[in-house]
Amino acid sequence: MTRTMVLWAPDWPIVAVDVPASTPAAVLDKGQVLACSQAARAEGVRRGMRRRDAQSRCPGLVLHDHNADAEARAFEAVLTAIEELSPGVAPLRPGLCAISVPARFYGGEAEAAAVIAERLVGLGVWDVRAGIADGLFAAEQAARRALAQDSLVVPAGGSGQFLRDLPIDALDDPDMVGLLRRMGLLTLGDFASLPAVDVHTRFGTHGALLHRLARGEDAQPISRRQVPPEFEATLLLEPPLELVEPIAFSLRTTAEGFVADLAGHGLVCTTVLIEVDSDGSLATSRRWMHPRWFGATDLIDRVRWQLQVDGAIRAPVDAVRLIPEVTEPLGDHADSLFGGGPDERVERGVARVQSIVGHEAVVSVTVQGGRGPAERRLLTPWGERPVAARAAGLPWPGSLPPPAPATVYAEPRQAMVVGAEGQPIGVTGRGVVTGEPARFRAGATQDWQPVASWAGPWPVDEQWWDEAAARRIARFQVVGVDGSAFLMIVEGGVWWTEASYD
Amino acid sequence: MTVAVAPSLSELRERVNQMQGRPAAQPVATHPAFEGLLQLQTGSSYSVDSASLAMALMAGPSADGAWCGVVGMPELGLEAAAAAGVELRRTILVPDPGEAWLEVTAALIDVLGVVMLSAPSVPTAKDVSRIGARLRQRGSVLIAHGDWPRSEARVAMRDVEWVGMGRGHGHLQARQVTVEVQRGTAPARTGRLWFPDAGQVIRRVEVTPSVEVPTRLRSVS
Repeated sequence: MTRTMVLWAPDWPIVAVDVPASTPAAVLDKGQVLACSQAARAEGVRRGMRRRDAQSRCPGLVLHDHNADAEARAFEAVLTAIEELSPGVAPLRPGLCAISVPARFYGGEAEAAAVIAERLVGLGVWDVRAGIADGLFAAEQAARRALAQDSLVVPAGGSGQFLRDLPIDALDDPDMVGLLRRMGLLTLGDFASLPAVDVHTRFGTHGALLHRLARGEDAQPISRRQVPPEFEATLLLEPPLELVEPIAFSLRTTAEGFVADLAGHGLVCTTVLIEVDSDGSLATSRRWMHPRWFGATDLIDRVRWQLQVDGAIRAPVDAVRLIPEVTEPLGDHADSLFGGGPDERVERGVARVQSIVGHEAVVSVTVQGGRGPAERRLLTPWGERPVAARAAGLPWPGSLPPPAPATVYAEPRQAMVVGAEGQPIGVTGRGVVTGEPARFRAGATQDWQPVASWAGPWPVDEQWWDEAAARRIARFQVVGVDGSAFLMIVEGGVWWTEASYD
Repeated sequence: MTVAVAPSLSELRERVNQMQGRPAAQPVATHPAFEGLLQLQTGSSYSVDSASLAMALMAGPSADGAWCGVVGMPELGLEAAAAAGVELRRTILVPDPGEAWLEVTAALIDVLGVVMLSAPSVPTAKDVSRIGARLRQRGSVLIAHGDWPRSEARVAMRDVEWVGMGRGHGHLQARQVTVEVQRGTAPARTGRLWFPDAGQVIRRVEVTPSVEVPTRLRSVS
């Protein structure tokens, strides 16, 4: 029978945020303490406490928010370290993992645990505990009862004996534990001594499973994780190259291998990080996204563009690394029956234009939220995914009703609007127009003309909480006698033409 | 007994084109508001004098599934374009091509159905004929904002009349314009259009025929 070792790093959320051991710290999940450091525990902070209670016990408590992804990422390093010593790690949750004991190689079960513990302490995980038993459940309970940097070995066949005296809370099922407790079964031994048939009749399959755990008969093998395959591709240039074209040419095989390697695992790369080393140190690093997925030619284009940026490369390049950041299953990206995404021909043509004017000069457009017409448009370099700063679906009070202007000036042009006697027109602090506009000039080079009709003001008092971005303006629509219509703004008594309805 | 069907003029023209070895100009989906005024054709260039006219011309093919490109127009109001019916997801912008505007336009004509261009300088006759040849070869349409020599038609906007705004009240809601299409030396075709109407739709102004309204009162018993 295979023996199982469970490795437990207590308070993993705290270990993952990496605070000094002397600082009282706690990780909160939904306002409750999820884990706390040893120093905080000494002050009386406990798991499940509310934020306010924990802070009242320990005013110097450093609080962190629960971030499951970051914890899992931090645990990844531990898993890799264990894998180097013994293959086939089964991660149970961040801070807890199981392996089958490599006893014969290390000369004993306790010795194997000591080797692994030493390795993890070297990694900076000070508190690691090992439990070794026949089954996963018993091993986990043993690990929870072991001392720091030590192991607890339950002899083969002794799981039932070991579990007998443990409290019923060891079963990780609050409903069932509450019920058993009310029935007067306070230890696992009490529960285990019930006849299996009766337990099954009363509690069903789930109850029967817990009963088997309590008896130490949990013999299911641990499910080992697949070592994640390595997709990173590196091109080493020996001797180093300085010109872009030879680098791009040399990269072809590497890029093709990169794409083929991913495709072999049924994956495509949609975001790639390209790092270029020159003179032995990192020279440029940039993340590229693709509207569909990267082919070999696309990757080479991105490397070329990255190298063409002025000042990116000062010394000869000796390595180019392609690191897939986001991969997606190939199946999600299969061409649909009626075609999806830009067709290949368009993409190739656009790539050619990009090679003429540069990557950033070709843009795709989306409409986003905002009050002014210039704020409402979102330009994204072609091939990157647009990230809208403001949602377009919201009402945006103060924005103008349609129709939208056909020309939106990149820079507002200084305009002038005067009344019948030539007096300047403005807007008071309370949003009242000081006079009736009679004549206007839409730009410094344009002619004066009489106002046929006008409307406004639409006052906008934006982002007053942020001194740098705060704006207090009023918008007007002005139509001249020749039918030309303009969108103007008044800011600090000065008129600007923002857009034209031509 | 067979009935001889008289071939229409356009069919005959197409046959002549085929004999001359030129690819026949195919009609391109055009915005329904231009029916009777203008029918876009592949391989042709059109010059327009207003951004909203250019967008309306581009809206037809774009809504029909064509990819569109806009070269040298950083100030194009994209929201207005979307409202006119241009599909922004199939639109590629090169706002500032700089000196390379001709190469960029030529490269886009190769792959896109419609290219809108605002030339920073007057193109030379050689450039115009090169672009024209590329347009005919690729079956693409060029919409030039501003003057473009030897264009198939010049489309202009006249007599703009805004609706919905008074002196200090209301807001711009709709406008009526007269669209004038000039082909070569032929007399210009004109049509009155809502551009757009209050529902943001570009359509013809329906001329309601004046109906004789009985004005005399009748005595009732």
